[in-house]
Amino acid sequence: MTRDEVTLAIKDIIETIAPDEELVGLNPDERLRDQIELDSMDFLDIVMELRKRYGVQVPEEDYKELASLTSCADYLGPKLEDVELKVGC
Amino acid sequence: MTSDNINPDGKSVSRPWGSRHGRIPQKKDFLEGVKAEYDVVVIGSGLAGMTAANILGRNGQRVLLLEQHFKIGGLATWFKRPGGHIFDVSLHGFPVGMKKTCRKYWSQEIADKIVPLDKVTFDNPQFSFDTTFTREDFTEKLVTQFDLDREMVEGFFAHLRKMDFFDDSNLTTGELFEEFFPGRNDVHRLLMEPISYANGSNLDEPAITYGIVFSNFMSKGVYTFVGGTDVLISAMRAELLKNGVDIRTRVQVEKIQVEYGSDGKPHVAGVVANAGAATHTIRSSAVLSNANLKTTILKLVDEEHFRPEFVAEAKAVRLNNSSCQVYMGIRAGESIPFLTDLLFTSTRTKFQSHSLSDLHGESRTFSFYYPKGRPEMKEERYTIVASTNARYADWADMTDEEYESNKRQLCEETLSHLETYLPEVRSKVDYIEASTPRSFEFYTQHQGGSSFGTKFEGLAPSMNLHLELGGLFHAGSVGIIMSGWLGAANYGVIQANKVDSYLFQLQQTQNATS
Repeated sequence: MTRDEVTLAIKDIIETIAPDEELVGLNPDERLRDQIELDSMDFLDIVMELRKRYGVQVPEEDYKELASLTSCADYLGPKLEDVELKVGC
Repeated sequence: MTSDNINPDGKSVSRPWGSRHGRIPQKKDFLEGVKAEYDVVVIGSGLAGMTAANILGRNGQRVLLLEQHFKIGGLATWFKRPGGHIFDVSLHGFPVGMKKTCRKYWSQEIADKIVPLDKVTFDNPQFSFDTTFTREDFTEKLVTQFDLDREMVEGFFAHLRKMDFFDDSNLTTGELFEEFFPGRNDVHRLLMEPISYANGSNLDEPAITYGIVFSNFMSKGVYTFVGGTDVLISAMRAELLKNGVDIRTRVQVEKIQVEYGSDGKPHVAGVVANAGAATHTIRSSAVLSNANLKTTILKLVDEEHFRPEFVAEAKAVRLNNSSCQVYMGIRAGESIPFLTDLLFTSTRTKFQSHSLSDLHGESRTFSFYYPKGRPEMKEERYTIVASTNARYADWADMTDEEYESNKRQLCEETLSHLETYLPEVRSKVDYIEASTPRSFEFYTQHQGGSSFGTKFEGLAPSMNLHLELGGLFHAGSVGIIMSGWLGAANYGVIQANKVDSYLFQLQQTQNATS
């Protein structure tokens, strides 16, 4: 996955968790939960989906790395380098 | 809930089994055809156990869900009685968050049937009014009816919303109330009573538990599931089966088996389960217990597998209190007018937190179930369920005669109380029955009939269980905040994520070595 694809992957996961949220125009550097309705349970779902779809483990101490789209891409980029993007599952 | 019912004429009808007579012996093997091995065995099908099992099944794990009762659902349950009555045990109302939780972890169809109650009412010697049960309405009431300063009230709610785990847990809820609303017993009553009924807590709990629960619960109304608990649980069962979960009821787990790895550390190896005609040993990489926390640590696992400090910590955990309920069925063909959906009522002049659990106390909630709650039923039926908090110790040592007469008294007091709101009701009730802490103990196997899990200190050993014994996890009512429908279901999700992570790690290691 390229860096852009990592962002796509994250957005696709958020879309399944929070279908009512508008994801177009999100500021990548701002905290996600300051822009859309995401609670701590939703972040847990993101972690579970990442494991299920891409086989990536995010340990509890790293949950904070998922705060914004930019920090997601920074953190997940290296882990997803050799993994293919899957969208719409 | 109980096996004994008392007819309005005062005659009691006994059946040869129940809370005082033990269980019906089973002749069948309820684990017939069970597999020798699963990824995870879930012990108990309360909302936490079921929700966790559903997520793990959906994630492709091989899940066996074991339930000792003949129905799944735990306290999310119902029962039928002669006269065509269906009584819901705990469908009184839950926070709006349940809608999102059901959509994400169950199905859109289940979530779509979650609707707000039309009316919630308070009535006691200090205040009487209807409320939408929202933060806005509570603010309005506190300002206009209790003459409090608006800024003070808004400041209090803002303070509650900011509270989390990391705050000082020495401050009690009572102290917090006293700080914001000194000497205002009426305000304390309004703020505490609904929460006490919702999770068994009182003014002595850490204030952070109050802050977290209040912000979830007393903020956006009270919700229920249209169709009745039976419809909900059958939809959940269908979802579990669709996700490949092997569900077995009437199966009593006797032991969680433990083995030691090459590193000398213990991990779970499976369970020993009594399934009636046969006892089975089933292997599994993980076990998620939805049994009571203390039962899980002190009974299902042999003590030698834990550090003595951990056993001591578990022993020191206090159980939360229990409940009494009175179920009243309106005769077929009769009706009652719409009064309210949920009524918090008391004849006690002043609020005293602990008196909510008194034997024959003056405070109770009435949940009114009208035909609108079961639109698919052919007949229009009405039931009323009264609930109070209760202390197990008050009921535990009664003789059969005392037990019988105390239940009868409870039924009579409840019916008289109800008559003050519905004068005609006595003549319309053709079925009345009481459940007590002993009934809760019998049906759920929770020590002390605990209907709200444990006090706050139960949270740490529940969350840390897998660190003590590899592959063993706990989900269920604990720590006051993980209690009630939403708390239990969400805690099931939190722990399912941990189980899933543990199994994933294990499967990765196995793939690497094979």
